[in-house]
Amino acid sequence: MKNYYLKNVATLKLESPKCTGCGKCIEVCPHQVFVMREGKSVIVEKDRCMECGACVKNCPFNVLEVKPGVGCASAIIIGWLTGTEPSCDCSGSSGGCC
Amino acid sequence: MEITNREIQVAKTSTELTFQDILGAWKVRWGINRMNYKVEPGLYSVGKPDSNSPVMVSANYKLSFDMLRKELKGLNTWILVLDTKGVNVWCAAGKGTFGTQELLNRIAIVQLAKVVSHRTLVLPQLGAPGISAHEVTKYSGFKVIYGPVKAKDIPSFIHSGMKATEDMRTVRFSTYDRLVLTPVEFVGTFKVSLMIFGILFLLNILGVGPFGFVDFYAYMGVVIVGCVLTPVLLPWIPGRAFAWKGWLLGLIWAILVNVLNGWPTVPQYSILRALGYLLILPPVSAYYAMNFTGASTYTSFSGVLKEMRVAIPAMIISIFLGAVIILVNNFIIL
Repeated sequence: MKNYYLKNVATLKLESPKCTGCGKCIEVCPHQVFVMREGKSVIVEKDRCMECGACVKNCPFNVLEVKPGVGCASAIIIGWLTGTEPSCDCSGSSGGCC
Repeated sequence: MEITNREIQVAKTSTELTFQDILGAWKVRWGINRMNYKVEPGLYSVGKPDSNSPVMVSANYKLSFDMLRKELKGLNTWILVLDTKGVNVWCAAGKGTFGTQELLNRIAIVQLAKVVSHRTLVLPQLGAPGISAHEVTKYSGFKVIYGPVKAKDIPSFIHSGMKATEDMRTVRFSTYDRLVLTPVEFVGTFKVSLMIFGILFLLNILGVGPFGFVDFYAYMGVVIVGCVLTPVLLPWIPGRAFAWKGWLLGLIWAILVNVLNGWPTVPQYSILRALGYLLILPPVSAYYAMNFTGASTYTSFSGVLKEMRVAIPAMIISIFLGAVIILVNNFIIL
C-alpha cells in the first residue's frame, strides 16, 4: 500500500531549461518523484516529495531547488522551544528518526 | 624531507551476527543505549577482498553496520565506515554527518586509493541527501554509485553489475517496518506519563480528585492508540495528516471508555465526565501520532509544519477545555 502525505506542500522546484537529462535525480529520489521525458527530468509526483534534498545535492547542474528540512514533529517542537533550527538530534528521548 | 608511510589499517569482520549483536539490536529498538550503539569508523574487510573488490560505504551506527554485513554472505568486499556519531545512514545524511566532507576525509584516512585499484564506491541510496556524488569524484577521483535502499538487495545488485532497479531504489514503509519502530515511541512516553500520574496524584491529595483506575487505563489506552495502533494501521486510517489519524482513533477509544463505564445508561456517569474524556483523550493520541512523522519515511518538513500549525492549537484548546470540565464535574460530585 502506497503512503501519501499532505497535498500541495512540497517546496520542490525544477528549472527545466537548464536540465541536461543526466538522470541523477531519478537515481537518488527515494519516492520516484521524477521521470525522464524527451531527454529531460520532469516532476510527476510532487506530493510524494519528502524534501530530503538528495536530488538537489546530487544535481551537477544546480537545476533543482527544495527547502530542505526534517519531516519530524518532535524536532520542530524542540526547535520552537529552544529557538534553534529543527534537526534530527533526538537525544534518545523520543522519535524513531535517528 | 622525510616521507612517512602510514600503515594501512583494516579490521576484519564477519557476515554472521552473534547473540550479542542480536541482543544489542533488540535493545536499541526498545530505546536502551540507542544513542551510543557504535562501531569504530574505518575500513573493514568481509571475506577475502582484494584490490578489485567492491567498496561499500556505511554509517557507524552498529545496527546499520550489522544489517549491511549480514547480507554480504559469500561475497568478498570492503566496508568503509564513516563517522556519523552513531546515527543511521538516512538521518546522518539529513544532518550532513554522512556527508561529502566526511567521506572525502575517510577515503584519505584509510588510504583507500592504495587498497583498491578501481575507483568506484557503492553508497547506500539513502545516503544521497548528504552526499554530492559529483563533488566526491572531483576531489577524490572516486565515482559514486548509489546502491539499493535495503541491504538485503545488495547481493543481487552486485551480481547484476551494480544496477539498482527501480524497485530497489524505492523506500517502503511496510506494516513490519512501522511495527518495529513503535517500542521506541512507546518507551519515549514514559517520562511524560509519570509526570501526568504525579499531577493526578497531587490533585487527589488536594481533594480535587478522585482520579482512579478508569483514568489510568483511559490514558494508557490512548498512549497505545497513539504510539502503536495508529502507526501500525497508518495507511488504512482515512485522511493524510498524522495528527488527524491519531485523533480519529483516539476518539473511538474515548467513546469506548465512556461506553465501558456505562454511559449513557448509568446515571452516575455524568455527561460532563464523558465530555471531558472526549475532549482530552483524542488530542493526546493525536499528539503521539503526530510525533511518528519523525519515524516515517515519507513526511516532508513543509507538510509536518502545516499540520502542526492547525493541530497544536487545537490540541491545547481541547485538552484545556476537557480538564476544566473534568475538574468542574469533580467539584459537583464532591
